[in-house]
Amino acid sequence: MPIGSSQLRMEMASDRSLLVYFGEQIELHTHEHVRKFVRLLEREPIAGVRNVQPAYCSVLLDFDPLKLAHRDVERAVRDRVERLDKVALPAPRKVEIPTCYDGEFAPDLVQVARLRGMAPEGVAELHASALYIVYFLGFVPGFAYMGGLPPELETPRLATPRRAVAAGSVGIADNQTGVYPVATPGGWRIIGRTPLAMFRADRENMSYLEIGDHVRFVPIPPDRFAELARGAR
Amino acid sequence: MASSLLVREPGLLTSVQDLGRPGVGPLGVSPGGAADPVSLRLGNWLVGNPAGAAGLEMTLTGGTFEFPDTTVVVLAGADFNASVEGATIEPWRPIQLRAGQSLRVGRSRAAARCYLCVRGGIEVPLVMGSASTDLPSKLGGFEGRALRVGDVLGIGEASGGTVRGKKLDPEALDRLFERNVLRVTRGPQAGWFSGESMRALSETAFRVGEQSDRQGLRLEGARLAQGSKSRMISEGVSLGAIQVTPDGTPIILFVDQQTTGGYVKLANVISADLHRVGQLRPRDEIRFEPVSIARAVDRYKEQEHFLGELMPE
Repeated sequence: MPIGSSQLRMEMASDRSLLVYFGEQIELHTHEHVRKFVRLLEREPIAGVRNVQPAYCSVLLDFDPLKLAHRDVERAVRDRVERLDKVALPAPRKVEIPTCYDGEFAPDLVQVARLRGMAPEGVAELHASALYIVYFLGFVPGFAYMGGLPPELETPRLATPRRAVAAGSVGIADNQTGVYPVATPGGWRIIGRTPLAMFRADRENMSYLEIGDHVRFVPIPPDRFAELARGAR
Repeated sequence: MASSLLVREPGLLTSVQDLGRPGVGPLGVSPGGAADPVSLRLGNWLVGNPAGAAGLEMTLTGGTFEFPDTTVVVLAGADFNASVEGATIEPWRPIQLRAGQSLRVGRSRAAARCYLCVRGGIEVPLVMGSASTDLPSKLGGFEGRALRVGDVLGIGEASGGTVRGKKLDPEALDRLFERNVLRVTRGPQAGWFSGESMRALSETAFRVGEQSDRQGLRLEGARLAQGSKSRMISEGVSLGAIQVTPDGTPIILFVDQQTTGGYVKLANVISADLHRVGQLRPRDEIRFEPVSIARAVDRYKEQEHFLGELMPE
């Protein structure tokens, strides 16, 4: 679906940044516009734009105010948005994330099951049965915001965020799922953990996941987790 | 590595910082960098380094550093009561340390951050093009963390810039670092707030909360109620955004901020004032002055012009 001029909205976020909105809801076609726009910016960067931050429906452009004014950036954005239809996106990568849904790796699994009136095994099974799409990376390096959570699993964030969530933790919040790449404070409910290193600055593909990936979680037992964790180091 | 520096005392929170790593937003990586980049640039100029050379950023209480070789250094930013063998070292004055001497950096007199700039710059492996330490993500800098006792950091080759005869006018510095009033432009969700909240932001004195760091500064004073109850979808956040949590607490998002967030943003600190945010301490009292985007851009251009005149070459 081509983007209509009515859907495109731009807001000055600061004296050196512009927010470009491609829609007002989390939807796949909006996500596709975001992806195409980011891809076009990689090929045809706007001189003076220093940072590009995609999200669900928007892209934040941070620029050098000594070189560009907002109206220059807006013009450059419109010029590119008009050509979004012609941008071909590569076929999504299919990525698997081995995940252990047991015991200490899943501190919130039982509570999620209770909140949703299911058995804990049912939560794990359902989470591992769905196909997820990476909408964008944000929050911390390599954290992928994924959509496609089965509605039966939708659960609000914890009322009080944890002070420390272990690296590799698989969490859910509302209708999203994600994996914490580093130990960090966090409010998502943790239902499993992967032994994979989701982000490493010292490898070619620093982030294990990228925008647009199709992701499946593959259940593994604790001994397999230990084996893979040794290999990841 | 031309020479080195030994950390005898790390201080409260000391990390390697340069001007950051913009351009990696699509990976979820924050640009980061020095909390007060203006001080870092001035310090680098004073010791003949390129503006973006890496230095040590100290917070509230500095450390003690030993130099096995003769080294030219300067302290830039807040006055942290520094000394060498009992003799006071003023900020903004380059000094030459003899081999084996230690620089003791004490406690802040007034503002939050002091930079140790070393001729040749601090040498660490660059991560995504930058030496900056991203503390929450444990990336870059020296092993991705704050410095500890016993760390040995490399110092690079001097790049040929001069040291001799460089001075900064104290009055010019006072003007650059005045920080009781921060100017702000409207944030992307300013329209979601009532006029009262905008007024409260500009008419109330706020105190910088104790739980403030490089990720964000919590502000105490007025609670800012959100008028409309629209549902916010996570989006990219710009440096210096003033986001408001559901309980009405304003938070200035700072250099180690998360790249995206789901809280509404009422206002944004202007580019010309961001380095002043880096000098705010817990309990400091501040006010906000709303300005237009056009005025904010003018202030930034004037300030950059002024900095250019301060640092000829």
